[in-house]
Amino acid sequence: MKRVVITGAGTVNALGLDVPSTLEAMREGRCGISELKFRDVDRLSIKIGGQIHGWTTENRFNRQQIALYDRFTQFALTAAKEAIEQSGLEFIGDLAAKSGVIFGTSGGGLNTQDDNYRMVYEEGKNRVHPFVVPKLMNNASCSHVSMEYNLKGPSFTVATACASSNHAMGQAFNMVRCGMATAMVTGGSESMLCFGGVKAWEGLRVMSKDACRPFSLNRNGMVQGEGAAVFVFEEYEHAKARGAEILCEVIGFSMTSDASDIVMPSKQGAARAIAGAMADAQITPEDIGYINAHGTGTAANDKTECAAVADALGHHADTVMMSSTKSMHGHLIGGTGAVELLACIMALKDGVIAPTINYEEPDPECALDVVPNEARDADVDVALSNAFAFGGLNAVIALRKAS
Amino acid sequence: MSDEIKTKIIAIIAEQAVLEPSDVRDDQDLDDLGIDSLGLVECIFAIEETFDISVPFNANEPDQSDFDISSVSAIVKAVQGLIAEQSS
Repeated sequence: MKRVVITGAGTVNALGLDVPSTLEAMREGRCGISELKFRDVDRLSIKIGGQIHGWTTENRFNRQQIALYDRFTQFALTAAKEAIEQSGLEFIGDLAAKSGVIFGTSGGGLNTQDDNYRMVYEEGKNRVHPFVVPKLMNNASCSHVSMEYNLKGPSFTVATACASSNHAMGQAFNMVRCGMATAMVTGGSESMLCFGGVKAWEGLRVMSKDACRPFSLNRNGMVQGEGAAVFVFEEYEHAKARGAEILCEVIGFSMTSDASDIVMPSKQGAARAIAGAMADAQITPEDIGYINAHGTGTAANDKTECAAVADALGHHADTVMMSSTKSMHGHLIGGTGAVELLACIMALKDGVIAPTINYEEPDPECALDVVPNEARDADVDVALSNAFAFGGLNAVIALRKAS
Repeated sequence: MSDEIKTKIIAIIAEQAVLEPSDVRDDQDLDDLGIDSLGLVECIFAIEETFDISVPFNANEPDQSDFDISSVSAIVKAVQGLIAEQSS
């Protein structure tokens, strides 16, 4: 089995248009959630979200590209550029043949669907743009990144709702680990902040109208976000031989299915995924210094997640730090695990634990150290990133400080 | 009018509970009727559509909602209140 390291990271989300600005916002506990701005927002009862600030599509892509790139593809390409540039890899010859792209997304080109359904149903038009299908398909972001960077190895898109990114990165990890790929570009992207995307979530009545307050007793639901994060996973010897900077090592992955309910989370399913990631990484609970929680800010997730962590970590659950950065960037659905992996890298590489902001009242059912409101300095050797999706599909990744 | 509202609400609840409307009693709560959290949000959706009202309900804080769901009669009363409030 080969060792797998991360040699590049890129992102665009409500906290920043790149990794340095995102990590700075996380360190400062800044909130990227604000009033939503898009067409028909006045017909929504939920009017806040982690919408990206300072993004102008026309300044980033030309007319031909915009005709082909849905917003979720634009985000993925932007994050991929930062990650691949940081890695310093150039994909040619054998390296190109043995490197691919695996992304997570839940809604894919949802803005394209929303705009075109509106045109044919509401506005009664009978003709749509010829690129609607290649623009909206869930694998569009994956394919455009593979085309842009000549990535010719195993490439596909994973859709497991809120766990999509973690499932995608888990596949990439295992492909490099087993020698099937030399490097993998992986992560996730989501752009669900459009009228139809938010309207659908409203129906479930789990959204907050004012703020995302994970683990706080007065939490009242999730807040959606948008954006992408992309990483370069590379075989360790390959990275070492070329003197690449190693951000951290990926050491374990586990996925489980609750097989119980389409929306309610299960403590057992989540605990089995956490325990599975520890077993895969050959670590004990005491090794873990930080957990990036799924922490959606819903009543159900947060108490179930805390119970699952207590189950899987035993007494060590009382000392481990666990925060939810969704309080700052919102829930990116299929892209969320990727953006949250940045908080794990910050913990391991910079020794800074991102806080859970908006924490106001302790909840006896969430009695762990959730790093409330202010970032903390700490020396962390191993971190976990949790993702628990609707449909009961769980995926947990384990990371270790570079050595 | 009031009886008509009650009949419609009980029909909605009965459909979710897979019961005959005559088997739904005023004092029963959602647990008694075997209606889970998803069934509840479906009931609220059906009530909103039937009476053209907006029901203030967040599944994260059912107890803090102004919309009392503690029993069938409480739901009927709450819907009657919302209809009066929102039609005025």
